[in-house]
Amino acid sequence: MPRITYIESTGRRHEVEAPIGISVMEAARQHGIPGIVALCGGACACATCHVYVDAQWRTALAPPEDMEEGMLDNAWQRRAGSRLSCQLPVTAHMDGLIVEIPERQA
Amino acid sequence: MTATIIIIGGGQAGAQAVDTLRREGFAGRLVLVGDEVELPYQRPPLSKKFLSGDLAAERLPFRHRSFYDEHRTDLRLGVRAVRLDRADRRIAFDDGSELHYDRLLLCLGADSRRLTCPGADLAGVHYLRGITDALALRASIRPGARAVIIGGGYIGLETAATCRHLGCEVTVLEMADRIMNRVAHPSVSEYFAKQHSEHGVRIVCNTRVVGLVGGDRVERVDCADGSSHGADIVIVGVGAVATTALAHEAGLACDNGIVVDEYCRTSDPHIFAAGDCTNQPSPRYGRRMRLESVDNAFEQAKAAALNLLDRNVVHDRVPWFWSDQFDSKLLIVGLAAEADRAVLRGDPATRSFSVCHFKDRELLALEAVNHSKDYMAARKLIAERARLAWDRCADPEIPLRDAV
Repeated sequence: MPRITYIESTGRRHEVEAPIGISVMEAARQHGIPGIVALCGGACACATCHVYVDAQWRTALAPPEDMEEGMLDNAWQRRAGSRLSCQLPVTAHMDGLIVEIPERQA
Repeated sequence: MTATIIIIGGGQAGAQAVDTLRREGFAGRLVLVGDEVELPYQRPPLSKKFLSGDLAAERLPFRHRSFYDEHRTDLRLGVRAVRLDRADRRIAFDDGSELHYDRLLLCLGADSRRLTCPGADLAGVHYLRGITDALALRASIRPGARAVIIGGGYIGLETAATCRHLGCEVTVLEMADRIMNRVAHPSVSEYFAKQHSEHGVRIVCNTRVVGLVGGDRVERVDCADGSSHGADIVIVGVGAVATTALAHEAGLACDNGIVVDEYCRTSDPHIFAAGDCTNQPSPRYGRRMRLESVDNAFEQAKAAALNLLDRNVVHDRVPWFWSDQFDSKLLIVGLAAEADRAVLRGDPATRSFSVCHFKDRELLALEAVNHSKDYMAARKLIAERARLAWDRCADPEIPLRDAV
C-alpha cells in the first residue's frame, strides 16, 4: 500500500498507508490528520483540502483540470505545488509522496 | 473545564463539534448521541455517487470509530433522545438511559417534508435523507423503471440525474414555473433544465401533485390539471423541516428551527444548537434564517463548540452551497433574496458562466455554473461587502475582483 507523508505547518509529520483508489484527502481525513478540512467531501467545491505537493512530486501528478485550477486561484496562500488533495487519487506510483498542509484552509 | 458536555445529533454538526471541543482543549466528559446506527457520515453523496453505487459505504463516515476513542468521546449510536428536562439538566433516551449535562449542544438536523396527499403512504414512495433511505431507493432502481420525482430542487434534480444514469425513465414534477426556483436565477434554471432534457429526463413545471394511486405499491401520480404519470418508483424531494420537537417540548424558543443567537445559544444559557435545526441571525444579511448546508453545519458547530468553552465567538459566515447534476457543477455563494439586480457574466451556451446578484452596487450573491474562479473570487468579495460596477461585472474577460 502506498505510504504518504503529510507535514503539518508546525513541522509535525504523519506517515500513513493509503489504499489505492481513495484520494490523498480521504487518507488524511480517515487518519484524523489535522489541517485538511475537506468540507465538500471531495466534490471540488470548497478548496479546504488544499496541500502543497513536495517539489520532486509535482510533475509526477496529472495537472489540475479547469475546475480545480479555478478553485486554487483564490485558495489561501497559493504556491507552486498547490493542489486540492481531493483531486489526487492514490495510485501505486505514489509511494513516498510528501505533501505539506497550509497553516489555514480558506 | 471538567464539566460534562452532551451533543445530541450525530450528523455533520455533531461530528464537527467533537473535533473542535477536543482540539480546543476541552478535558471534561463528552458524549455524542445519534439516532442513526451509522458513524457520523456525509450526506451529499446519498443522491449522487452512493446512490449510483460508485462510492462504497465505508467512505461515507467523516472519521473512523477510533477517532472518537482517541478523542475520548462516548459515542452512542442508534439512540434517540425523548425528553429534555432543563431544570434538572437531564435527558432521557429511548433505550431507558438518562444523562446529566452541564452544557448541551443540539444538532438535531432536519427531516424530509412529507407528502400529505392521498396515497402518500403507498409502498414505492421514497424520501432521501439518510443512508437507509438511499439503500432502499438503490434497491428499487433498475434500468427501464419509471421514476417520478416530486420536487425540482437540489435533491430532486440530483436524484433524477443519478436515476437517469442508472437507466430509469425519469420524470421530474415541479410545482413552480421552473426548477430550483428558490435558489437559482432563471438563466441557471434554464441551463440545468437543458442538461436534464439532453440526458432524457422529462421535467414538467407548473404541476401540483394531488394524489398517488396504486394497489400494493404506487402505480401512478395524479396532478391538479388532470394529467397522470405512470410510476414504478416515486421519489419525494419537497424540502426539509427542522427537527425541533425535543427542544420545543422542553420550552426552548422555536420558530422554523431552534432559535439561537449569533453565539449559537438557545433561549436557555446552558444549551446551544448548530446546523440544519437552527433559526439563526445572519450578521452579513441582517435577518434571521435557517440554512441547510454542509458549510453552515460545519462552521456553526465550530462556533457553538467554542462558545460552549466560553470563547464568545460570533458565527458570521457567508453561506455557500453546491450541486452536481450530470457533468455540471453549480456553486452558489451568498443569498440573493434581497437583490434588486442580477447581472449575467458569460454565455450559458459555453457551459461556463455566472450570475451576480446586487443590492445597489453591493454584491450579495453569485451563482457559478462550471466556473470555480468566479465562485472563489465572490466568496471574498461578498464577505467584504464589495461594491462593483455592473457593466464591468457583465464582461467575463474582466476578473471579478477588478470589476470595480
